[in-house]
Amino acid sequence: MARPILPLVLDRVSLDIGGTRIVSDFTLRLEPGQRTVVVGANGAGKSMLLRLCHGLVAPTGGSIAWNGDPAGRQAMVFQRPSMLRRAALDNVAYGLKLRGVPRAEREARAAEMLARVGLSHIARRPARVLSGGEQQRVALARAWALAPEILFLDEPTASLDPGAARAVEDIVLAMASEGTRIVMTTHNLGQARRIADEIVFVDKGRIAETAPSDRFFTAPATPAARAFLKGELPW
Amino acid sequence: MSTFADAFAAAASLVAQGDARLYAIVALSLQVSLAATAVAALIGLPLGAFVALARFPGRRAAVAALNAMMGLPPVVVGLVVYLLLSRAGPLGAFGLLFTPGAMVFAQTILIAPILAALARQTIEDAWAEHGEQLRSLGASLPQAGATLLWDTRFALTTAILAGFGRASAEVGAVMIVGGNIDGVTRTMTTAIALETSKGDLPLALGLGVVLIATVFAVNAAAAWLRDATQRRFG
Repeated sequence: MARPILPLVLDRVSLDIGGTRIVSDFTLRLEPGQRTVVVGANGAGKSMLLRLCHGLVAPTGGSIAWNGDPAGRQAMVFQRPSMLRRAALDNVAYGLKLRGVPRAEREARAAEMLARVGLSHIARRPARVLSGGEQQRVALARAWALAPEILFLDEPTASLDPGAARAVEDIVLAMASEGTRIVMTTHNLGQARRIADEIVFVDKGRIAETAPSDRFFTAPATPAARAFLKGELPW
Repeated sequence: MSTFADAFAAAASLVAQGDARLYAIVALSLQVSLAATAVAALIGLPLGAFVALARFPGRRAAVAALNAMMGLPPVVVGLVVYLLLSRAGPLGAFGLLFTPGAMVFAQTILIAPILAALARQTIEDAWAEHGEQLRSLGASLPQAGATLLWDTRFALTTAILAGFGRASAEVGAVMIVGGNIDGVTRTMTTAIALETSKGDLPLALGLGVVLIATVFAVNAAAAWLRDATQRRFG
């Protein structure tokens, strides 16, 4: 067994794009076995935090250090699911194919994963003609099939109706209960409360506050977080 | 005007009767252009995908060159291939000049840049949509290229048909490297040029009708394919 990949430690991570500072100071430690939800205003750097962690974007300053080699042990689900022009089942099997899993085995596993997200009946349908909610569940099945130790989700329900969003939440919680570390962004604070046991609050390219979910929502420590909660919550 | 009507009637009867000379010319034309399209696709599509996805010094120049080469003048391509294949040329030993092989060679050079340039644009657009997901799943550059070539297969088929249309309609390159030898390298376009200058308008017009019908059929197929697959696969 390889070394566990967590904790993941970000130390004063910064990012400049074309001379503009996007992220100025991300310092964060992600421990095993929690569900972290990243909240903050639009443009605060939530998505960039996930992309930096996942390795899609290289930081221009600071360091991102995994405890173990993360290659092939992490996955990400995006706001807009990217579906290839092939059947839903083949989209789920695609990630396994890249890892060299034999055809029979990957198709069996993909079928099992589609069943777990409740989509067995559309396995043979072209993925791109499915509804947005169905596509996002296919994307979750594709990530789940890889059995990642950590899953990043970038606003996975932002363009979905409430019913579809709840279906996505249920799948995320099921994956968490099987031991996948969840790190998700959302602008829906109700959803953040339902999913999170830890909240990371991002403000203007900095991590302003990291706190257990209960404490963040009842007694935010920073003025920025208090202002954010006051502005976001109607009560 | 009556010349035109007479010629048209004669042409129609040639087509309808299955004139052997006419159909031999049509068959050779299609063989040459289909072979050139196949070879050009095998070269152009992977090349286009590579230029779309790889990051290397001079990439912008390569993209500009590909786009510029879409407009290569057929006679100049014919001239260059003629020089390459002539006895004294670097490829003269193969004895290809004035054979159908030489015409396939020339048309391949003519349309491979078209397929590469169209594939480059198509794959780049697909990468904008799928790039992060493919990188997240750990796809290597060749894997991503192969995946996106397959994913854009319908758009690329349209590009291939455009290349075929260009190959089958050009006259300059096949005239120079093929030589328009009766029964050996005479295609629809070279025959039309020759028969018109000889005054045998019915044969020229008959070939013209077949050529236009071919190009129309190819474009109709491209449009149909685009619509049908859009509905089916999204």
